[in-house]
Amino acid sequence: MIELNKENFEQEVLNAEGTVLVDFWSPSCEPCKALMPHVHELEEGFGDKIKFTSLDITKARRVAIGQKVLGLPVIAIYQNGERVDGVVGDEATTKSVKELVEKYS
Amino acid sequence: MIYDVVIIGAGPAGLSAGLYAARARMSTLIIEKEAAGGQIATTDEVANYPGSVEDATGPSLVARMVEQAEGFGAKRVSDTIESVDVTGKIKILKGEKEEYQAKTVIVATGAVPKHIGCPGEKELTGRGVSYCATCDGAFFEDLEVFVVGGGDSAVEEAMYLTKFARKVTIVHRRDQLRAAKSIQEKAFKNEKIEYLWDSVITELKGDGLLESMVVKNVKTGEEKEVFADEDDGTFGVFVFIGYDPANKLFEGLVQMENGYIVTDDNMATNIPGVFAAGDNRVKSLRQVVTATADGAIAATQAEKYIENNFEE
Repeated sequence: MIELNKENFEQEVLNAEGTVLVDFWSPSCEPCKALMPHVHELEEGFGDKIKFTSLDITKARRVAIGQKVLGLPVIAIYQNGERVDGVVGDEATTKSVKELVEKYS
Repeated sequence: MIYDVVIIGAGPAGLSAGLYAARARMSTLIIEKEAAGGQIATTDEVANYPGSVEDATGPSLVARMVEQAEGFGAKRVSDTIESVDVTGKIKILKGEKEEYQAKTVIVATGAVPKHIGCPGEKELTGRGVSYCATCDGAFFEDLEVFVVGGGDSAVEEAMYLTKFARKVTIVHRRDQLRAAKSIQEKAFKNEKIEYLWDSVITELKGDGLLESMVVKNVKTGEEKEVFADEDDGTFGVFVFIGYDPANKLFEGLVQMENGYIVTDDNMATNIPGVFAAGDNRVKSLRQVVTATADGAIAATQAEKYIENNFEE
């Protein structure tokens, strides 16, 4: 999992070719932290097809808001720099994230 | 294997049931969908749980409950139960990952936050509309925030949000708060909190992010649109207007009232061997303290049920 920040977000996500998954999270977001191990698990299975990344929004709040993310958890899929899909809030479950990853791999 | 007790849900009710069941040397499995904790895991302050230390947070309380339950030997798995067959002597729970068998089942599935139910709400969830202050508060540093509701949760979360937001306005459909007096007193002293009485939100609007909302005065019927500050471009709406029981799995199987499971004083449902504990059952007070009490009773009764219905 690549840790994103203000400096590398553009390079790793927006200017990246292919499919990138961004796990937006924060240390005080319990549902996000609960989801995280499942995302790591998915990376093991699908990491060769999708680039897995995560962004701690407390370190890059403006970057997240710039991506229209104002609530957590969000698991978003980018293709060639464009956000094409994702699951937000209550909808972000281990099941929906797995389906999302399978759809884009 | 056939467990003595399978508990669905790992909030305070489920964890307490797990602790009591495991301590009674019953084979105990706690199944949780995502993370342990339930609603309390996203609550910043837990001031009213007896013995709670000052500055106790929901997550810290849950972490101790988990440790305690596991310490006595309760097993915990992460799985989503998709269907149940609880009418037989051996209960069968079909999960996304595995199938589980048990002599007794304790349903501690809790409740989920109620939505406003107005246009735009779903589309703007995670884009300005939120149901979790600890998850999303940090986004609203120096922005404006509205909190919908007038109960304990709404007012406490409004106070929490003043740590981040420039201004927090409580939007409440009545002309006074329903929260406990001590909580109200604190809130009225907080200079960052303002009030919009007799008001409900009827529409949320925005292209990508929340940009405006329509607020209706329920007494005069007057509607007005509230826009985000031009420099901010957006604002937050946090909704705390109560909860809906998470009992879908048992609809049509177990007796319910308005979606809540009906139990007797022993947490027994109308199905032998099936118990309910916590916020998902009919009761007058839904708090951590009543949830843990339910869990303890349910586990103790499950033990009795097994003694009476299964031979050694």
